[in-house]
Amino acid sequence: MSARSIWKGTLHVGSSKLPIKLFSAVQDQAVHFHVLEKSNKSRIKQQMVNPDSGDTVPKENIRKGYEVRKGTFVLLDESEIRMVEPKPSREVEALEFVPQKAIDAQLFERPYYLGPDGDARAYFAMVDALSRKRKHGVVHWTMRKKSYVGAVSVYEGYLAVNVLRPAEEVLSARDLVPTSGRDLTQNERRMAEQLISVLRGEFRPEDFKDDYRDRVKTFIKAKARGRKPRLAQVKTKRPTGSLMDQLSKSLKVMKKADEKKAA
Amino acid sequence: MKKKQPKRAEQEQSSTRSFWSGTITFGLVSIPVDLFPATRNSHLALRILDHKGRPLKRRYFSEKTGRALDDNDLMKGYEVRKDRFIEVSDAELERLQPEKTRDINLERFVDESSIPPLFFNHPYFLAPSSSSTKSYRLLAEVMNKTGQAGVATFVMRGKAYLVVIFSEGGVLRASTLRFSEEVRSPKEVGLPKRIEPDAVTVRRFETAIEAKSRKTLTRKFLVDEQSHQLESYARKKFSRRKDTVRSKAAPEKPAEVIDIMSILKKSLEQNRRAA
Repeated sequence: MSARSIWKGTLHVGSSKLPIKLFSAVQDQAVHFHVLEKSNKSRIKQQMVNPDSGDTVPKENIRKGYEVRKGTFVLLDESEIRMVEPKPSREVEALEFVPQKAIDAQLFERPYYLGPDGDARAYFAMVDALSRKRKHGVVHWTMRKKSYVGAVSVYEGYLAVNVLRPAEEVLSARDLVPTSGRDLTQNERRMAEQLISVLRGEFRPEDFKDDYRDRVKTFIKAKARGRKPRLAQVKTKRPTGSLMDQLSKSLKVMKKADEKKAA
Repeated sequence: MKKKQPKRAEQEQSSTRSFWSGTITFGLVSIPVDLFPATRNSHLALRILDHKGRPLKRRYFSEKTGRALDDNDLMKGYEVRKDRFIEVSDAELERLQPEKTRDINLERFVDESSIPPLFFNHPYFLAPSSSSTKSYRLLAEVMNKTGQAGVATFVMRGKAYLVVIFSEGGVLRASTLRFSEEVRSPKEVGLPKRIEPDAVTVRRFETAIEAKSRKTLTRKFLVDEQSHQLESYARKKFSRRKDTVRSKAAPEKPAEVIDIMSILKKSLEQNRRAA
């Protein structure tokens, strides 16, 4: 089943033009719940109220405002807000190309695929060029009255673009002072490194399954049939002993598991 | 991911402190942590007011009776078919959690740079929540040294997450990742089969890429221009006192605007004194 493109445009790289289509790269799998009124299990609605009186405010009295200083607002109406909408454009402009590690993963927001619109040969030339240069392209485009900055990368032989969050919306670890305390011992460091190397592997997303979602779905089905499924009691146990004890016990357990696997 | 569900007042409250408190485990080592979102709403976000400039609050009302509802008048329900809901309580959701998903159990360590951008969802910070920060510092230091990131699945607030833990300058960061079934493959999208490009075109693109290559990301590209334009427009109006209103009662700030950074700093610092 192929998906519909959500937008069409032209990627400009230097003097070259590449017609592309944009496709969503995500599909929602979440179990969605509704917030309901308890007494009659029916839908609720949200309304804006005056926090002092609790009275609902009629639609015609609702405004948007920008807080210029604490407690002082400048009211803006819809036509003023629309004034800053970017001009519609079909251009995806390549601003710069940077190494992958230059883009902090915290910036990555929603991903899309870029597919060829017409000339597939030129499209795959761009795929090859980008992967040979090991670069991510930083691009800018306007879609549905909003402007976006994104990072173009190659994923499974195709171009993908992640929308990037505005920098001021992301908190940086560089502004934080790490916690400190008594020095760690060489032994603790060595054993922790060993532990990590035992658990080392490839990132294969298909190895990680959302079993919980299936459990919730099964539970809901059973309840819908009028059953009362039994549920486990929550209990948590925590390891005891010093950090050193925990490290050496972990390594022992891992070793045993490895021997079992080998046997 | 949570957008379809209206925000509950209780959720907004708790985000002023940590988002989730729990334990990271690797091997048998456990690290008690608080999870904080690493994103904040920009100060440019507009507020919803009445025509007199009073900041307004959202409130739930019954669709049937129009009555205003409090948190304890509400329940969580799943729609099995149109307008037929099955109640699912938070307690039930909690008890459905497999034992091993209550903690962030780092079951695999991978190269930091090996996770494709498409998987990254939402960023968080992790602060040590116990007075003993030794295990926290040990994990942060060793991950930093080896360039490895830990991957785990865990359940938080009625939803399972795939998560990766990084270390950055002694601070642990986390990112929720999309599960593989949440990321479509190029085939599922219906992208066309590869055609071998000709070398000349590849070369031409490579040259164009080289011409625009930089070592670091230019931060000024990551600016929300629309909001900044709106801000300067609003400030211009303010200088003429046009459409400007003062709200006498100090409006309570919505939870998202509360400075997570200062809470996080305090949290890292407090534990430093205790350690």
